[in-house]
Parts: sequence; structure tokens; C-alpha cells
Amino acid sequence: MYDLQAAVTQAIGLVAAGDPTLAQIVLLSLRVSLTAVLLAALVGLPLGALLAVARFPGRGAVVAFLNALMGLPPVVAGLLIYLLLSRAGPLGSLGLLFTPTAMVIAQAVLVAPILAALTRQVLEGMWEEYAEQLRSFGAGPARAVPTLLWDGRFALLTVLLAGFGRASAEVGAVMIVGGNIEGFTRVMTTAIALETSKGDLPLALALGLVLMAIVLAVNALAQGLRERGLRLA
Amino acid sequence: MLRRLLLLALLASPLPLAAQDRTITVASTTSTEQSGLFGHILPIFTRETGITVRVVALGTGQALDVGRRGDADVVFVHDRVAEQRFVAEGHGVARQHVMFNDFVIVGPEAEPAGIAGSRDTAAALKRIAESRAPFISRGDRSGTHAAELRLWQQAGVDPLAGRGAWYREIGQGMGPTLNTAAAQGAYAMTDRGTWLSFRNRQGLRVVVEGDVRLFNQYGVMLVNPQRHPHVKQADGQRFIDWIVSRAGQAAIAGYRINGEQLFFPNAAQPEPVS
Repeated sequence: MYDLQAAVTQAIGLVAAGDPTLAQIVLLSLRVSLTAVLLAALVGLPLGALLAVARFPGRGAVVAFLNALMGLPPVVAGLLIYLLLSRAGPLGSLGLLFTPTAMVIAQAVLVAPILAALTRQVLEGMWEEYAEQLRSFGAGPARAVPTLLWDGRFALLTVLLAGFGRASAEVGAVMIVGGNIEGFTRVMTTAIALETSKGDLPLALALGLVLMAIVLAVNALAQGLRERGLRLA
Repeated sequence: MLRRLLLLALLASPLPLAAQDRTITVASTTSTEQSGLFGHILPIFTRETGITVRVVALGTGQALDVGRRGDADVVFVHDRVAEQRFVAEGHGVARQHVMFNDFVIVGPEAEPAGIAGSRDTAAALKRIAESRAPFISRGDRSGTHAAELRLWQQAGVDPLAGRGAWYREIGQGMGPTLNTAAAQGAYAMTDRGTWLSFRNRQGLRVVVEGDVRLFNQYGVMLVNPQRHPHVKQADGQRFIDWIVSRAGQAAIAGYRINGEQLFFPNAAQPEPVS
């Protein structure tokens, strides 16, 4: 109980003091996770929409595979990217290991299947409703993809938020490919893991509270956008 | 697709590419990072040389692996035997002794093995095994883990016989090991630096210290640039030269927690250790 109180007090203190180290860690967390979600969206949303409208042999297997990938453990994704980006690996010459770019790639790999699978789910329902209508305009599945994505944009916002939640909460992948380097690749979750291992549990929990507040703020912002969009639509 | 993704990711990261030229990556151990030593000495080095140091803190075994794969420029660890093998196999060059600190054995307040105040590690470990008092081991191939296993061997005890009972390997870093020992009222071996900066003690205290066998030597080496041409040889060597120089050694000696010195520079005269 005492620790919890100490953590809350410390969290408020950290934010109020405007600690530059904390600010830098927070900004890097946001930059990495938002970039990763953006990259993942560029791949995941069209892929999900395509799966929603396309019918081909083996589609069921692809959908099942994608759904299973949602459960990809971050540590495994991190290890794969580590081996790819390591100097001894196939992409080693890029020198990306232990950089924020490596962290973005790892999180994008984690998030893309989630976005694709959820997009498929959301748009498939819409497609069942619209298919007749779109076909009567002479729109094939390829043409239907952008239409569906646009019409489903408000539902897809929640899908994006789910992806952002996964990215900002994971620690396994960024720890491995980023290396938790102070002032360079240290983000909120790796900082929390570090303070926990140093036994400074109140500080670790305080950082966790700050992270949750940030995620809440991002979600509130997204919801605000959505409501504004709905009013205008 | 992957290439395009990488390009996008690069564009999205406003990295000052020019500044990267004077940056080296050092693979080191959790004990040097978490004790705050790097936070103290690296700003001094950067001020003197203009070289920024990025530290990836891992267990010694992992840090050597990172060096072996060419993912760091310098390795700064504490497992003499493993370091010598690393150099012998051609992965590292220019190995130097830097400093030492010592290990201590910590235990719970209740002290079921009754070893508090002992200076004889072998006897103390034997007592722990005989009384089947819980002992938390790193179990992660780190320098501390390697040293712990050597000490059990010197005590003539095979701790693995107590696996799953009193001997508990958790496969994690020093901090998590101490957290576990504190929670389970168990014994553990830790480097003094991590112990002094560790906060969640819950009654855990030092029970064995001051034995020469608890001596812990740190060494630094450059990842072999012949094997890994991208290694920043000049700046990496500059770091090694600095840390064994008078300025670097003085910076190490100047790091204290609550007035207690954590690391003792000995680049000039490393003590022989078996």
C-alpha cells in the first residue's frame, strides 16, 4: 500500500518537474510506436481489406494464419529482427541494430498482423452488406478495397488504436533490438523494466502510470477526432 | 517491400547522421550500467574526446556474443576466462584490465544457514547447501554466474543436485535475482556495485564479504576490426586508451554511492586471480 502511494506521488512529481530525461523517453516512445503503427497500417489495412473481399482457395488458411500471428510473442519478433539486423545477419550492412529504426521495424512486424486481421474482420461485415451495391456499379474487389477502407474509417480507427496499444505496451522486442541505451533507445517500457530490476519499484510503477496516462491521452485524442469526423460526415 | 519499409523507417527517424561518426557502441554488463558507473564516467570521456558512447547492458556471456556478431565496437565485461577465450578465438583484440570490485553473498534476516560475518566463501556455501537454505542463482551465463559456479566448485558442492529444491536458477539479471532473493528470503551472490544501488532489500543484507576469492576483475577489449571492418577502430581504441589512462582511472575511483567507492581501478597492476 505504501509503495502504491509512493508511486502515485512520484508519478505526479515526475510529470510536474518536467524532467528532460523523462520527456525524451516519452517522446521516443511515442515516435517509435506511432511510426510503427503508421508503417504497419500501410501494409495491414490494404491487406486486411483485400482479404475481406477476395475469395480464393486457401483463404481460410491465410485468415487463420493472420489471426494466429496476432499472438506473436514480442520476444520472438524481437529475436527475428535482431538476427536479421545483426552485423552477422543478412541486413547487417545497414547497421541498424540498437537504433530507434530497429525498434520501429520490430514493432511494425508485431502490429501489422493485428491491423490486417482486425481490418479483415471489420470490413468483411461491411462487404457482405455492400457487395451487391458495389457490384452493380461495376466495381470489382480491387476497386472495392479503397471504398471499403474509406467507409470503414471510423471503425478502423479503433483497429489502429488496438495496434498502438500493442506497440506502446510491449517491452520484449524493443529491449532486444534497441538495447535500452540511455538517451538513445530507452523507451517507457524498457525504462520500467530497468527500474524494476534495480529494485526501485515505486519509480518503476510511477513510470508505468505516466505511460498509461500517455496512452489514455492518445486514445482520447483519437476519440475526439472520430466524433468530430462523425459530426461532419 | 522490406526495403521500402526500411527506407520509410529511416525517413521517419530524424537521426543526425553526421553525429553518428563519433559514436561508439559498448557492450557491457548490467553491473557497470545499473550501478551508475557509466553515468558518472561517460560524460567525462565525451567531454574530453567528443566521442559519444552508447552502452548496451547485458550479462557478460551475452555481451561477448554481441561482440562476436560484430554488433558492438568495444566489449567491457568481467569474466576473465571467457574474455581470454574471446581474444584467443580472434573475436577481440587489445584486451586490458580496467578495475575490480568484489562480490558479496547476501542473505535474509533470519539467516537459516548461520553464516553471517564469515570471510570463508567455500565454508559458507557448504553450509548453505547442507542446511538446504534457498539460494537464488543468476543462471544466465553472466560473469557473476560464472564466478558463482567456480565458487561452488571450490566449495566442493554440486549445486545442481539441489535444483528445483533449494538451488533456484532464474536466468535473469542481477537486479531480478536480488528481487527474487528478497521476496523468497533466500541467499544470493551479487557484485557490490549492484548491491549498493539496489533499493528493494526487504531485510536482505551482506553475510559474507572480504574473501580474496570474491575478487571480480573487469576487462575491456576492442572487437576485432579485421573480422568486422565496420568496427570503429580509432574511436573504440580511444575509449580503451582513455579508460586505462590516469584520467579514466581517476574517474572510476571518483564514483561513490553514499561515500562508498564501488570500483577500484587497477589497469596498471591487475591482481593475479586463479
